[in-house]
Amino acid sequence: MTWNSASEFFAMGGYGLYVWGSYAAAAALMLLEPLLAQHRHRQALRDAAAQTDPTETDQ
Amino acid sequence: MNASTLRLFTFAAPSRFYALTGWLIPVCWVATLAFTAAGLYMGFFVAPTDATQGEAYRIIFIHVPAAWMSMVLYLVMAFWAGVGWAFNARMASMLARAIAPTGAMFTFLALWTGAFWGKPTWGTWWVWDARLTTELILLFLYLGYIALVNAIDDMRRADQAGALLALVGSVNVPIIYFSVKWWNTLHQGATISMTAAPKMASTMLTAMLLLTVAFWAYAFAVVFTRARAIAVERESHAGWVADLLKTTIKP
Amino acid sequence: MKASTVAPETAGTSMADLFVCVLMRDLKLASRRRIDALLPLAFFLVALSLFPLGVGPEPQMLRDIAPGIVWVCALLASMLSVGSLFAGDHADGSLEQMLLAPQPAIAVAAAKCTAHWLLTGLPLIVASPLVGLLFGMSGPALAALVFGLLLGTPILSLLGALGAALTLGLRSGGMLLILIVLPLATPALIFGAGAVGTVEAGMSAAGHFSLLGALLIVTALGAPLATAAALRISTE
Repeated sequence: MTWNSASEFFAMGGYGLYVWGSYAAAAALMLLEPLLAQHRHRQALRDAAAQTDPTETDQ
Repeated sequence: MNASTLRLFTFAAPSRFYALTGWLIPVCWVATLAFTAAGLYMGFFVAPTDATQGEAYRIIFIHVPAAWMSMVLYLVMAFWAGVGWAFNARMASMLARAIAPTGAMFTFLALWTGAFWGKPTWGTWWVWDARLTTELILLFLYLGYIALVNAIDDMRRADQAGALLALVGSVNVPIIYFSVKWWNTLHQGATISMTAAPKMASTMLTAMLLLTVAFWAYAFAVVFTRARAIAVERESHAGWVADLLKTTIKP
Repeated sequence: MKASTVAPETAGTSMADLFVCVLMRDLKLASRRRIDALLPLAFFLVALSLFPLGVGPEPQMLRDIAPGIVWVCALLASMLSVGSLFAGDHADGSLEQMLLAPQPAIAVAAAKCTAHWLLTGLPLIVASPLVGLLFGMSGPALAALVFGLLLGTPILSLLGALGAALTLGLRSGGMLLILIVLPLATPALIFGAGAVGTVEAGMSAAGHFSLLGALLIVTALGAPLATAAALRISTE
């Protein structure tokens, strides 16, 4: 599949909104989800640390 | 750690699961990126334009893998929840809980991309065709599972109740799909099926399969990350967590 | 002490005896609170009456949507009333006592499902011809509606009991129960409402009823077992 120009690529034969709307949603979800999971992991470690040493002053 | 004997329940111990996933997750991310790049390249620069749907069909490369993942993850979730219930293995139940949000995400993505594909091809954002409707019900099944395990404070009761619900749901998914399909054909709704042009070019199929593998690797990475978080949350009083905190640089 | 000196009430008590005992108890309790027992029926009728007010009184349209909304309202009435299936007994400890019995818990689960159907499902079935007439349905369609509900309301009671057992004692129990059970009840809804539509179109609904019947059998075999397991999980 050869695209003649970048604008042609983004236009997707007139279906640009639908194609990129789909891929954008996928990208957004698949970037957000791992970040949320990682945040949860870090928070769990922080909470566990606070439990074992409640006198700690960080966070 | 003595790594010579690997028994069936070796990784049922949260500490060993945690250690294993520590190096597995980066591997999965590398695989995700590699297969995503390959799949997207194939999908956008190799696969030709579709005769009937034009460029709109390219949504299939993420729609179908997302739908497959949503269904497979539900079964995997039910499996691990069942294992956790049958063998009283907490880690298996934690893994099941970790899978649920990712499964729900893929279900939502399948619905979203389905709608965005439907609009240019069928002229409407939503159609009550068999697959989309079953997918919607699958989303409700995921949400029900998540809501149930989160509503119960007693961890063991929550794990077991969730397992029962997930197993009952798994049995029902084929029944629901069949009934919705029956209903759909009766109402003469879907004369258009949700697959691409009848003769799917092999490049199209390859791109789809590459992205399926990418989604699998992604799912492993995210689910394992979440499972690690849950393990730390629930086992925060355990010795291995204390050891872990000593050796980890505080975030 | 010899085994023959065991108390007469428990000597030879079988699963069937426990089933009958729990069933009669529930029916007796319901007879002391007749108003409460009739609430699901009242809800059913009120909810149904809202639809013409919402969508307009045009007869043909009402006739078209009637099977669907009758089934949905039956579903909702069932789900709303099943939430309290185990709650009362759980609160005063009698549920634990029932589960302590040597007989399998499946007898308790089955008895509760039966009681719920007799108290909620059966009144809906009896009321449905009247409702059908209000929506302008004709003879064969009415028969299909009643027969479909006859097969379908037990399914709703069976699934509802499972949901009630899983959500026993939870704060958000009612809504959660509905969220859990409704997806599982969609096949019954599809076949039941579809049967009426098929009959109205002049064709035979035998296929629908066969599927509905099969669904009933499968649910009757599996749900009480799952409900018993859920009761054990929730009361441990």
